[in-house]
Amino acid sequence: MGRVVLVTGVARDLGSRLARRLVVTPGVDKVVGLDVSPPSGDMHGIKFVRADIRTPVVGKVLAVEDVDTVVHMNVAPPQRQLGSRSAVKEINVIGTMQLLAACQNSRTVERLVVQSSTAVYGTSARNPAMFTEQMAARSGIAVGFPKDAVDVEAYVRGFGRRRPDVAVSTFRLGNVLAADVLSPFSEYLKLPVLPAMLGYDPRLQFLHPYDALNVLALAATGDVTGAFNVVGPGVLTLSQMGRRLGRPLLRLPSVGFNGVTERMVRLMSSDFTPELSRLFMYGRVVDGSKLERELGYEVLYSTPQTLDAFAEAIEPGVLSALGGARG
Amino acid sequence: MADEPKDDAPLGTRGRPGRGTGKSTPSSAARSLAGGSAKKAAAKKAAPAKKTAPAKKTAKTAAPAKKAAKKLDVQPASVEPETPTVQIAPKADVPPLGSPVEIIAVTPQEEPTASPPEPPAPTPPVPRLELIHDADEPSDDQGDARPGIPLSDWVSALTEGAQTVLGDDWEAKAAQLLAQLRRRLTGDYEVDTFGLDPQLHAIGMAALRPIAEKWFRIEVRGAERIPSDGGALVVANHSGTIPVDAAMTTLIVNDHAHRTLRLLGADLVFTLPFVGELARKMGATLACNEDAERLLAEGHIVGVWPEGFKGIGKPYSERYKLQRFGRGGFVSAAMRAGVPIVPVSIVGAEEIYPLVGNVPSLARLLGLPYMPITPFFPWLGPLGLVPLPSKWIIEFGDPIRTDAYPPEAADDPMLVFNVTDQVRETIQQTLYALLVDRGHPFI
Repeated sequence: MGRVVLVTGVARDLGSRLARRLVVTPGVDKVVGLDVSPPSGDMHGIKFVRADIRTPVVGKVLAVEDVDTVVHMNVAPPQRQLGSRSAVKEINVIGTMQLLAACQNSRTVERLVVQSSTAVYGTSARNPAMFTEQMAARSGIAVGFPKDAVDVEAYVRGFGRRRPDVAVSTFRLGNVLAADVLSPFSEYLKLPVLPAMLGYDPRLQFLHPYDALNVLALAATGDVTGAFNVVGPGVLTLSQMGRRLGRPLLRLPSVGFNGVTERMVRLMSSDFTPELSRLFMYGRVVDGSKLERELGYEVLYSTPQTLDAFAEAIEPGVLSALGGARG
Repeated sequence: MADEPKDDAPLGTRGRPGRGTGKSTPSSAARSLAGGSAKKAAAKKAAPAKKTAPAKKTAKTAAPAKKAAKKLDVQPASVEPETPTVQIAPKADVPPLGSPVEIIAVTPQEEPTASPPEPPAPTPPVPRLELIHDADEPSDDQGDARPGIPLSDWVSALTEGAQTVLGDDWEAKAAQLLAQLRRRLTGDYEVDTFGLDPQLHAIGMAALRPIAEKWFRIEVRGAERIPSDGGALVVANHSGTIPVDAAMTTLIVNDHAHRTLRLLGADLVFTLPFVGELARKMGATLACNEDAERLLAEGHIVGVWPEGFKGIGKPYSERYKLQRFGRGGFVSAAMRAGVPIVPVSIVGAEEIYPLVGNVPSLARLLGLPYMPITPFFPWLGPLGLVPLPSKWIIEFGDPIRTDAYPPEAADDPMLVFNVTDQVRETIQQTLYALLVDRGHPFI
């Protein structure tokens, strides 16, 4: 018999796509989606349960549906489309705690897959050039989403210690970038003029949702454990990204950067959280080679390819006419 | 002039020239000529001078008039003492006898605008035009002759210049250059995971090369000891207030071994705006074990200055005395990777900014390890940032092999300290020998 998979955060872009992917994946009998709001789009074959993950209802869902695999997709950086910052933080942290509490009491759960973020490595000038899975953050995890991610991973590790029989895998996804996936970077890079920090040119990495979904689906049906970085190989500097997108950079001193960027992104009815400004100073690069070594999955879209795919899907920047079509 | 005294003698025939008759006060007339009461002194001298007419005299009187006017602080009058006469003359509608001629004759260049008379104005341009014409293209028609260089000359000059700079196949090279520029502008270039931008690195090296050759006159010894491939750790002494020695060593390794030296920099470098950005693009990364081991394992040649700020910020009186070599982290990194350690001794960097003082309170305020005072730095402003032209010698020593040690040796502190000391002693002894060899620091 196949697996019964519970996907949390199914109303969000990545969650709903993963649920749809799992429905057609061989070896999966049933997909249960959980979220507070109904997902948009075709949810054929998915059993949707409307419930708040921050409440003990989750335990009942696990018991009623005989769920054996839980894919936790409800950890995301705060954005206005997802609700207020405090609400998102609560979903991230309290939601994870409730889910883990339910899993701990469940007799059926055998596998837990958690979508985390490379934000757990923090951001600082003392970052090593590349983070591997064993390294810990040096700084920059005191507030905001990085702190949420670190807390979530700490709870997940605690759960793993208490239930050693459950296979726990954590996937630290890089910045998922696609025109149709809501993320802080996709909102930021759609701005006609990109605010950037004067005197800093961060190195950044992106992940194409195609690869993110492949990895998570593979983990939900496979039997891996441990933490994995998932990013597109290669790096881009912010100035390079601006040039590739044909969008001029607006160099701002670090003092005024946050306010201006926040207002500009807010004009597009999204959100730019303060902890992102650190990322725009020092950047963050992680080493994704463990994924290939242990899971055997080779990420298809490199960071530059992800950005190029994104550039094709959005409106061309004002400067794109300058360079003509790039080969 | 018209209502001058007509009694006994014309003005200026008696008494001292230029001072009037002495009977009546010619200054009243002169004052009216001057048109303003303020120019008394100037007018007094100018008016009688015209009566006596000779050009020499006006020239003579002009000088004292200037002096007098200067005393009165009247600038316009002082510049041109004759201006009043010129102003009056057109009103009278009769060309005054001497004055315009004098003015034109004596001071033709002083007032080209004030003297509208035709002949002087066109005369100067005519020879000039001819001059250009003759020199430029002697056998050309005058119809389309325009001042300036013809387009064909521009083209040939540019072509010749491009040939001189880029060589014979300049067209292909120029096209390549333009294509590179276009790729640059469209962001179509590679940056490695540590942030090294190879194109910018090449530009930086090209900018440093004349400084190394002409300013510091760097003499390189033992460049053949730089490993030509595989991982290697270059360890050198640090000095000079600003890490110019690191930049120069990068250049030497680039030019002699054709490899990109990857520097390990302090935290501070990457905290500072602009500096950190530039350092990453030039291939530097944070001095931490993770990065060092990753670089060495990937087969890069890595440069480290283990003295750090203690070495670079030491006072001039302690020059060429090696400081503590960190905690030996570089040795354990090399041992783990099994790569050779190349000791490098740099002589000359100590003298570029002799650190004679420090302002610790200001340094603390700015978050810097020291606030240097050199004989020139705060006193001459930006000019004090020009390094002194000391004579440099960079010697690469024999590589110290670490691949003979077992992998667990990196965790043996005693062994690590011993190797650290060995490297330090090698560099120190070489420094003493090089100092004797070099002689005078600046010659």
